[in-house]
Amino acid sequence: MAQIIGLPKLSPTMEEGVLVRWVKQEGDEVEPGDLIAEVETDKANMDFALEDEGVLLKLLVEAGATVKLGAPVLILGEAGEDISELLVEAQNQLSAGPAPADPVASAPVASAPAASAPAASAPAASAPVTPVASMPVATTPASGGRLLASPLAKTLAIELGIDLRTVTGSGPGGRIVERDVRAVAGTAPQAAQTAPQAAAVLSGETALAVIPPGPLAVPGNDGEYVDKPLTNIRRTIAERLTAAKRDIPHFRLTTSFEAGPLLAFRKRLNELMGGKGKVTINDLLIKGIALALRRVPDANVAYLGNAIRYFTQVHIGVAVALERGLMTPVVRNADLKGLGVISTEVKDLVGRAKDRKLKAHEITGSTFTISNLGMFGIDHFDAIINPPEGAILAVGRIVKQPIIDDDGKIGLGQRMTMTMSCDHRVIDGAVGARFLDELVELLESPESLAL
Amino acid sequence: MPIISYREALNAALREEMQRDETVFLMGEEVGHYQGAYKVSQGLLEEFSERRVVDTPIAELGFSGVGVGAAMVGLRPVIEFMSFNFSLVAIDQIINHAAKMYQMSAGQFHIPMVFRGPSGPAVQVGAQHSQSFESYYCYVPGLKVVCPSTPADAKGLLKTAIRDDNPVVFMESELLYNSTGEVPEGEHLVPFGKAEIKRAGKEVTLIAWSKMVEVVLEAATELEALGIDAEVLDPRSLRPLDIDSMVESVKKTGRCVIVEVGWSMCGLGAEIAFQLQRECLDYLDAPVERVTSDDVPMPYAKNLEQEVMPQVKDIVAAVKHVLYLD
Repeated sequence: MAQIIGLPKLSPTMEEGVLVRWVKQEGDEVEPGDLIAEVETDKANMDFALEDEGVLLKLLVEAGATVKLGAPVLILGEAGEDISELLVEAQNQLSAGPAPADPVASAPVASAPAASAPAASAPAASAPVTPVASMPVATTPASGGRLLASPLAKTLAIELGIDLRTVTGSGPGGRIVERDVRAVAGTAPQAAQTAPQAAAVLSGETALAVIPPGPLAVPGNDGEYVDKPLTNIRRTIAERLTAAKRDIPHFRLTTSFEAGPLLAFRKRLNELMGGKGKVTINDLLIKGIALALRRVPDANVAYLGNAIRYFTQVHIGVAVALERGLMTPVVRNADLKGLGVISTEVKDLVGRAKDRKLKAHEITGSTFTISNLGMFGIDHFDAIINPPEGAILAVGRIVKQPIIDDDGKIGLGQRMTMTMSCDHRVIDGAVGARFLDELVELLESPESLAL
Repeated sequence: MPIISYREALNAALREEMQRDETVFLMGEEVGHYQGAYKVSQGLLEEFSERRVVDTPIAELGFSGVGVGAAMVGLRPVIEFMSFNFSLVAIDQIINHAAKMYQMSAGQFHIPMVFRGPSGPAVQVGAQHSQSFESYYCYVPGLKVVCPSTPADAKGLLKTAIRDDNPVVFMESELLYNSTGEVPEGEHLVPFGKAEIKRAGKEVTLIAWSKMVEVVLEAATELEALGIDAEVLDPRSLRPLDIDSMVESVKKTGRCVIVEVGWSMCGLGAEIAFQLQRECLDYLDAPVERVTSDDVPMPYAKNLEQEVMPQVKDIVAAVKHVLYLD
């Protein structure tokens, strides 16, 4: 029995993907788990495999096409089956927009390793807004995430300088029609005179002149700026961090500690390792955070809306700056891993993040994130929490500065400043302070990191 | 200007053109001694003799082919189908010969002929005699297709058709033969490819031809009572099609309803709607709407026949729809 296969969820936050390459072709027989295609998601290039066997009767999208999550991509069945009805159905689905079904089940590659991961829920209110070229875009879009307006309404809006976002549509599905624009403009319909005038002002510059301010993708044409369309990864960053900053009541705790012993410890470790790799301060911090979370499990939590989730494992997300954006590959069970293992793992993850080779399970499921800008010369900063986690630690550089010791003597200190951003819904100030206290104790006696 | 019937206007056109040009002749079933199945050829046999008013057997393919051959050697045949439903058995001559001869002979043979007769529903003539053939013939390059809606257009367009050097499919309406109107005497030519505004309006463009123009004008009157100002446009010739006038009208009104008595699927209205959205998308306030016959062979029962065909109420409903008033 032939069936339509939709684009599966290959990363927890993806809403669409670019079908980079068909690995199999129409007519090929496939076994469960066979690689069918490569799909670029908001995170990485993912392998798309099937869990059923059969013959690829029809590939519905061309390589390079952007496909909504769940939208039909191929028809699988037995050789010689009549798929004419399915083709019609698939076409209807493709033209109707994203399918509501959650197709995770058909993608074992993507979903299997996520069992122990927290529910990395896709950001709410994330309906993709498709900007109509040089047209105002609705802030509260109608169905399908698009502002619906008749062509005449759009033409008139430009002519009359009306922001369509301020117009309530009275047509089917909330479509804005001529009378709605005229009602806002306060002009009586003058159909006989309207059309030729509208034609006259449809030139590009006039149209741009009445575009209201806002986050619009307006193609620049005067050389003063260049607008580049959002990449998937950048769009995801924008949506997730906006949601985090808006929805999570952040508070911040800042402390600094004496990093001299940590530097000495790292030096000693690297001597011991000889040429076989190098442990970084960041690796030590990862281990330190993981152990501190073990000691203060109340800081290893997530807010679920109706419950608090206490993670029983410690997975540390490591924020990595890439040219195309930010990613947070995950060091799993960092509390249980040796420093050498963590070091090797981070190096591998960062390298593959740059090459877009990370798998979905390698960028999901972190329970706490570290963001380190020390190598960029930043003294200290605060970071936005990476949902659904309860906290994030922002780390600055090590600064040499005078310190006064317990005996009142002035000496040379090497201070590192850290700021923890907490979700106040699940982590109170005292819990955060306790975590930082444990972390400082570990980092100032770095041998304990090796215990 | 005398007021005459659509039937008399056609008769006048034939008579005048046959007087004017002795290569013009009429051929078909019952055109001579019976004076025409619908009396369009009344009196022509007496005036022009059996040499130029030729009664044929019931053999449409045969006499259509004779007509093509006559046209190739320099005559101007007018072939009458008692009904365009019967042109189906002659369609090979129309499409494969009349329409293509000029191009396939590299311009050696013009085919200056007219295929004419009633098309579309009448009153209770059954599924096989009620069909509309605009879409069949408009589809074919090499043919011109004309559908007059008034006596004046019937005369002026038929005279133009007879004088045209290409094959013209000239479709009348049985329901219009008795309709009357002012018709200019003598030389009255209506050009092809020139639509006529039957009624000026500002809020919606109604496009219709042949018998449907009457129905649409009636709907426009009803719409006026509702405060809706409709423009009615009759393309008159369907191929060539005066899309420019339609575009101009729709740019003015922002809305369009196309009314045709044929079926919806692949109907001429679909082509017009396509061209309109291509030419004036930015002026449309609503998708172009169509009113057509229902998608069934025409029923014989009178009440059902009425229901199947576009009626005033259907047109009013469609107009309300494109004005977002429903």
